[in-house]
Amino acid sequence: MPDHRGVLAALIPMDSPGPYLHWGVIQISVANLVVIVLMLLVFVLALFLRFPGRHDDGSQR
Amino acid sequence: MKWRAKYRAAEARYAAPWAGAYRRYDIVKEFVVALVVVSLLTLGLAAVFGSPDRTAITLAEWATNAPNDFVATATSELAGSSGTATYGAPYVDDPTAGQKIGPLALQRWAGVTTPVDTATEFVLNPLATVPGDQGLTDALAQYKAATADQQQKWATAYGDALTAAPDNDPAKVTAGDYGPVPVLADRLLGYARSGGLDGQLLAAGSFYQTDYTRSVLFLADGTYLADQAAAAHLGGEQWGMMNETGRYPGQAWLWLYTFWYQVPPFTTKGSSWADSADAWIWGIMLVLSLVLILVPFIPGLRSLPRYLGVHKVIWRNHYRAAQPR
Amino acid sequence: MTAAGDERMWTARLRRRAVSALPPEQLLPDRQPAYVSSWIYVFGVLSLASLLVVLVTGVVLALAGPQWYHVSGTGRFVNSLHLWSVELFFFTMVIHLWGKFFMAAWRGRRALTWVTGAVAFLGSIGTAFTGYLVQSNFDSQWIAGEAKDGLNSVGIGAFFNVLNYGQMLLFHVVLLPLVLGVLIVWHVLLVRRRGVVPPYEQAAAAQAGTAGGHRADAESTVDSTVPVGQKQEVAG
Repeated sequence: MPDHRGVLAALIPMDSPGPYLHWGVIQISVANLVVIVLMLLVFVLALFLRFPGRHDDGSQR
Repeated sequence: MKWRAKYRAAEARYAAPWAGAYRRYDIVKEFVVALVVVSLLTLGLAAVFGSPDRTAITLAEWATNAPNDFVATATSELAGSSGTATYGAPYVDDPTAGQKIGPLALQRWAGVTTPVDTATEFVLNPLATVPGDQGLTDALAQYKAATADQQQKWATAYGDALTAAPDNDPAKVTAGDYGPVPVLADRLLGYARSGGLDGQLLAAGSFYQTDYTRSVLFLADGTYLADQAAAAHLGGEQWGMMNETGRYPGQAWLWLYTFWYQVPPFTTKGSSWADSADAWIWGIMLVLSLVLILVPFIPGLRSLPRYLGVHKVIWRNHYRAAQPR
Repeated sequence: MTAAGDERMWTARLRRRAVSALPPEQLLPDRQPAYVSSWIYVFGVLSLASLLVVLVTGVVLALAGPQWYHVSGTGRFVNSLHLWSVELFFFTMVIHLWGKFFMAAWRGRRALTWVTGAVAFLGSIGTAFTGYLVQSNFDSQWIAGEAKDGLNSVGIGAFFNVLNYGQMLLFHVVLLPLVLGVLIVWHVLLVRRRGVVPPYEQAAAAQAGTAGGHRADAESTVDSTVPVGQKQEVAG
């Protein structure tokens, strides 16, 4: 069973406040920014990545 | 109108069962694969990152780490000038208090459903349970024998004196007519430091209790909780609603709700917009939520996707196959 | 075994209605329209799977009570599982929402599918909120202290007291999951009943009235004047 506080806690102090980015009125934690950027990235990949298999295998309903 | 007939005809076509090409689809396998993928991702993320669990602040901790703030807060509860004492519904019956959206005083519509008497419940009753302290017993007797007017005068004067004192330190307060209030506040501080007030404020004589209303209200009337929160970037004007303690992601989906608290007119201190910011912003979010729910019924908005064209990427295989050969 | 008058029984009537609304081949199909060929389509099922992990980890947390994870290493790990499955749930659900918006998936009598989905999305936010409240830690104190102002400002706080831990725990574990469960089951059944929304018609095809009905097979002898919705007999 890994450390109940998470493996990363051995390297980074996960419980102390993380870095925040400021841009005009916007303040965002690096953690939240990563989540949001990942979502946009995954969305774009989902749209453009080729979906495997024949899109029509001749099946009828 | 011709466009309405065209719209209805298109809707009828979209509703019809698909008569075109099909492909094999294993719906049960798809769900099982999705479940395995999500389970593995969850296990991995939990193992690597863990989760935050910052310990709650007890009244004892507050009284020990910020005694001057504690004493000032206890005094304001007696004076009836604390956040809770001047809150209005649902805690206090005060027709002038409470937020409004224009003329709508929604805060007051349900009345006082959780009555809180801050002086009695936060200060006097807990102190009355402390045995063997003659000085305290005398102070309580003196306070209760005085008129409400006199009680308020003493507490307000002491509160003002604390504000004026260097560091708001009770030991550096200038002399004045404060009655038994300094003794009461000081004894409450000692009681809180011992841990007794945590239990007393929660249970208030009962054995079982799961309602922390009084404990949180008292704690939130001081500045210690808010200072700790601000240091953790959880404050209202720090986009705090989205954030989490430590380096963890928070509730990113609340971005649009917290956004309004960062911009004028809701940041314009002293304006009626800022005073009723919570109510106004709830109203805005209610309208936006309704718009989201009712997209299919809003002309213009419901046709927007067609013009945005993202669907051309999603259905590119289909459109390519449908080209006449 | 049937007897005269059996068809008038309540059981028989309910069964007939259920089966005609959603025949088994439609409830658990083994075919899907060929236009469903994009990775964007997997985010609905990923949300559902994430929700299942949320529920299972929540059950484990419930088994040992709300204070367990503060004092036990295993409990803290299960708490982490619950947190990250919730993050995955919102991650996949929002991408699912984006995809469905750009597809205008409410077309063709599918408005209720969108409505149940949007309400479930908002309900999920509320449910997660009560979850944060019952962590019984610093986060819970701060969130409760702040949230009470918003709820009180519009009168809701009079009935929904975020400072009342017992009430919030029961909302989080019993009441809101029940409501969400009903909404989500309804949403999924609607998708099965109405089918996955077909692509937007291209302009030229729409005029000819044959959008989407073509077979990709170059040898097909599709009659291009037959409107969509009518079955096409394919030779060869």
